[in-house]
Amino acid sequence: MRAHLLFRDQDFDPAQPLPAHADELFLDLGLTPLFDAMAGDDKIIRDTAQRVVLNGLFERHAILYRQDILRDALANRAAVREVYALAVAAIEREHKNYFGFISRSPGVVLHRSVDVMAMFVDMLGRLRRLADRHASRFRSEGFVTFFAMLARELDDRYFTELRDHLVRLKFRAGTLISAEMGDGLKGQDYVLRQPNLGQGGWLSGLIGRNPPAYSFTLHPRDEAGARALSELNDRGINLVANAVAQANDHVLSFFRMLRAEMGFYVGCLALADSLTAREQNVCFPEPLPIAQRVYRFNGLYDVSLALSKPEPVIGNDGDLTGKGVVVITGANQGGKSTFLRSVGLAQMMMQAGMFVGAGSFAANLCGGLHTHYKREEDTSMTSGKFDEELARMSSLIDRLDQNALVLFNESFQSTNEREGSAIARELVLAFQAHRIKVVFVTHLYDLAHGLHERGDPTMAFLRAERSADGTRSFRVVPGEPLSTSFGQDLYRQIFSDTQKPEPVA
Amino acid sequence: MDDAYAGDSASPPSVGVVPIVRVRHTAHDCAGPKTFQSILFPPGSRALVDAPSQPPDVVRDLNLDQIIAAVTAGHEAFDLQPFFYAPLRDPDQIAYRHEVMRDLENPPVMARIRVFLSAIREVRETLARAAKLYHPRQKDRVLVDAVDLYVTEMEALARDLAVLPLRSRGFRDFAGYVAGHAASAAFRGMREDGEKAKALLGSIRYCVAIRGDSVTVRAYAGEADYSEVVARTFERFRQDAVKDYRVTFRDDPVMDSVEERILDRVARLNPEAFDFLERYAATHREFIDPVIDRFFREIHFYVLYLDYVRPLREAGLPFCYPAVSIRSKQTFVRSTFDLALAAKLTRENIPVVTNDLFLRGRERIFVVSGPNQGGKSTFARTIGQLHHLAAIGCPVPGRKARLFLPDRIHTHFEREETVVSLRGKLQDDLIRMHDILAQATPDSLILMNEIFSSTTLEDAVFLATQVMRRIIALDCLAVCVTFMDELAALDAKVVSITSTVVPEDPARRTLKVIRRPADGRAYAFSIAEKYRLTRAWLDRRLAR
Repeated sequence: MRAHLLFRDQDFDPAQPLPAHADELFLDLGLTPLFDAMAGDDKIIRDTAQRVVLNGLFERHAILYRQDILRDALANRAAVREVYALAVAAIEREHKNYFGFISRSPGVVLHRSVDVMAMFVDMLGRLRRLADRHASRFRSEGFVTFFAMLARELDDRYFTELRDHLVRLKFRAGTLISAEMGDGLKGQDYVLRQPNLGQGGWLSGLIGRNPPAYSFTLHPRDEAGARALSELNDRGINLVANAVAQANDHVLSFFRMLRAEMGFYVGCLALADSLTAREQNVCFPEPLPIAQRVYRFNGLYDVSLALSKPEPVIGNDGDLTGKGVVVITGANQGGKSTFLRSVGLAQMMMQAGMFVGAGSFAANLCGGLHTHYKREEDTSMTSGKFDEELARMSSLIDRLDQNALVLFNESFQSTNEREGSAIARELVLAFQAHRIKVVFVTHLYDLAHGLHERGDPTMAFLRAERSADGTRSFRVVPGEPLSTSFGQDLYRQIFSDTQKPEPVA
Repeated sequence: MDDAYAGDSASPPSVGVVPIVRVRHTAHDCAGPKTFQSILFPPGSRALVDAPSQPPDVVRDLNLDQIIAAVTAGHEAFDLQPFFYAPLRDPDQIAYRHEVMRDLENPPVMARIRVFLSAIREVRETLARAAKLYHPRQKDRVLVDAVDLYVTEMEALARDLAVLPLRSRGFRDFAGYVAGHAASAAFRGMREDGEKAKALLGSIRYCVAIRGDSVTVRAYAGEADYSEVVARTFERFRQDAVKDYRVTFRDDPVMDSVEERILDRVARLNPEAFDFLERYAATHREFIDPVIDRFFREIHFYVLYLDYVRPLREAGLPFCYPAVSIRSKQTFVRSTFDLALAAKLTRENIPVVTNDLFLRGRERIFVVSGPNQGGKSTFARTIGQLHHLAAIGCPVPGRKARLFLPDRIHTHFEREETVVSLRGKLQDDLIRMHDILAQATPDSLILMNEIFSSTTLEDAVFLATQVMRRIIALDCLAVCVTFMDELAALDAKVVSITSTVVPEDPARRTLKVIRRPADGRAYAFSIAEKYRLTRAWLDRRLAR
């Protein structure tokens, strides 16, 4: 019994570690509002969403598999949420029955396990009825397979068999155990036996029909004997108690898996609802082969920013087909960082199989998303800021896979422009040569200008838009690097011309 | 000084054998040669009493107690230390041990002996287990296991020893003894009875029905495994690996009252098997051959020593079988080292510096001077260890060695634990020295470490010169570690040795000791070297 709602042929791994640089991605792409919108207070959805989103897919068919399921979910919100709620309820009821310690007694294990199994059998019955009611409205391969699996595995005859065992496992008639003689004639290989029933009923099945049989009865005050006999009985039921307890774990892990996998889509529904309420479009992106170099989008916006602000945010249009290096320059607070984040978020959400924040979006898949941002404060006492940047760069390079995407935001500005530019240029050119896709937001004119001068058609140059009067549109448009970053604008705006601006260096 | 060499130097020491378990030893009727008695002493060696059970002072002064403790660690129960304390003075007895040790250095032989050791250990553990049981049939059944282990091992050992390339007198005689033992009629009967007992008991399968306080024991009647039936039903829920809920029961080998009552009823259900078991135990209660038992203990002397030196050899340190003599004092060792120190350094992955040394012609005495921490005391200890290890028949540190077997090793080392008596330290030193000289013979080895350091240089030179002259006159072997350069040029019998430091790593402690005159200049040079203040060092260090 597998849900397989996240992967066509494998379970979601709830223990899959986040990538080593997850913290940087959280910070640089502003992921917290995204997961807040998906999960609210549901820790499982948050945990699953983080693992799914940060550990993206690298194959188009896998992405399309999820996109189909998500489309189904968007069309059948109530049914999806009902299945999710059922899984949550089953897990919570199991947890209430948890005895809180590892029992040393198979008798205790068996007793508890039979109770829990009875509850699970009830919940599985309800899941089965739910599937019967809703299955016909789902179209995606994932959901169709899932509902068919439930109908096949949880047939009526199977429920009868399960209930029959739940009665027998109480052993009201006594237990029959076989043994052999092991080391020092101690009993070994204790095996619980199903009494042969024939004429004579259960008692003769237990005691046997053919003598000799030798019996004894414990003295009522023989407490040590009673303990010993109880242990012998425990040895006999050890395996069956284990079998039922493990079966419970399997059913529990089925419900957990169902909760996690379904939870991802429930989270996507919540995200879609939040964005729709803010009148922001979402669309299913078009994933293109990893070897291509494409960005083609309309109304691409920063989802996290949209979730954090009451008013709608501005989107960008663009077509960067064939570009392996994108350099963005221009005014401070002109939307460069927002654009960079929108690119990163869309790439990441696309590779998680989600919709993205845009009117339309097409991009090649990337072999891993990495960010290298200017850090506001020096995090280390021993090494300087530039030193820290290079150390971070070095460990980033250790993690790079082929066809990775690296987003730079104002990197290498902690040294003088010439040195910073030289280092950045070497990096960009090396990445380009090794087919690492680069989007680089920079104030380093020497860098941007130098790259522009190369006239390389696989490089694109964008600029934060600024009209003649100095107001910003917060759009990013094609344009070659200019030698100032319009800090004067900002200065003027903040100081409202009450003071003379100081000359820009 | 304690008397390190018990008894007449011509008589080999021997030590009482600890019985393997508390059973009466019975010698089996052997078809093979019965000449074999001990793997440590050749036939005809006179048995001795009074082997030291505590380390003699000389053993402690030379740090041999550390070596012996490490060698025998974990095997204290065998009481092997006396063999390591007691030197031999008969080259033939030493040769007997060298032969055995060389055989064991052949990996197939060592591997086979290890199998033997672990098998006998298991036999002993099994018997110890039986002794703790109460139910007589349980005891009997565990005895069957012990005998089975023993019989299986002895047969295999006889077979394997016959084809191994054994060269030593000890092993060849032992192989013959084992072959005779395993071929004896009593031995074979024991094996057949054991197999029958196991077969009879092993085929029994029974059922226990538990209803409240009542228990019924009967034969198994083909009932199905209900746990399997249940597991099959739940199979379809299977996801990934889950926790194991099986409770692990404490498997006390002793039976509780319910188990005993069940066992009694199983015995009534199967009278033939249980009657046989009872008769078996009455017949085969005592089964370990005393000679085998003694071999088991004594062979550890070799195995443990070789185990101890193995990591050192793997670290590249050489060991060799020294040529020993009770006549010639010509001494020669290449690439030798302090074994206790080397063991410690090797554990810490620190390289060990080795030294060459020799005494030829009339040379008898090493006078060792040079910088402190330069390995002077280590050198004196090394010489003492070499002679002791050679005298117990073990391979010694070094690539090639020729050593005199001294009648006794005398040490005059600084004793920190000695409370300074009223006589004062100098007087104490002198009395100890006097005692040594009174007992020493031309065949002794005297090791002196920083004697008379508690008085003025003039006094010390005078006293030490007097002692040295007596030693020179005695013509015995000696090592004198001293800060007094004067002692190095007393006589043609004296060889001057000075310690040095390793220029690249002045912190390293095991250092090179070389033959050269003690002129004081080497000392100053070495100190400069140690602190990297020589011209060459300064040039290099300032070049950056």
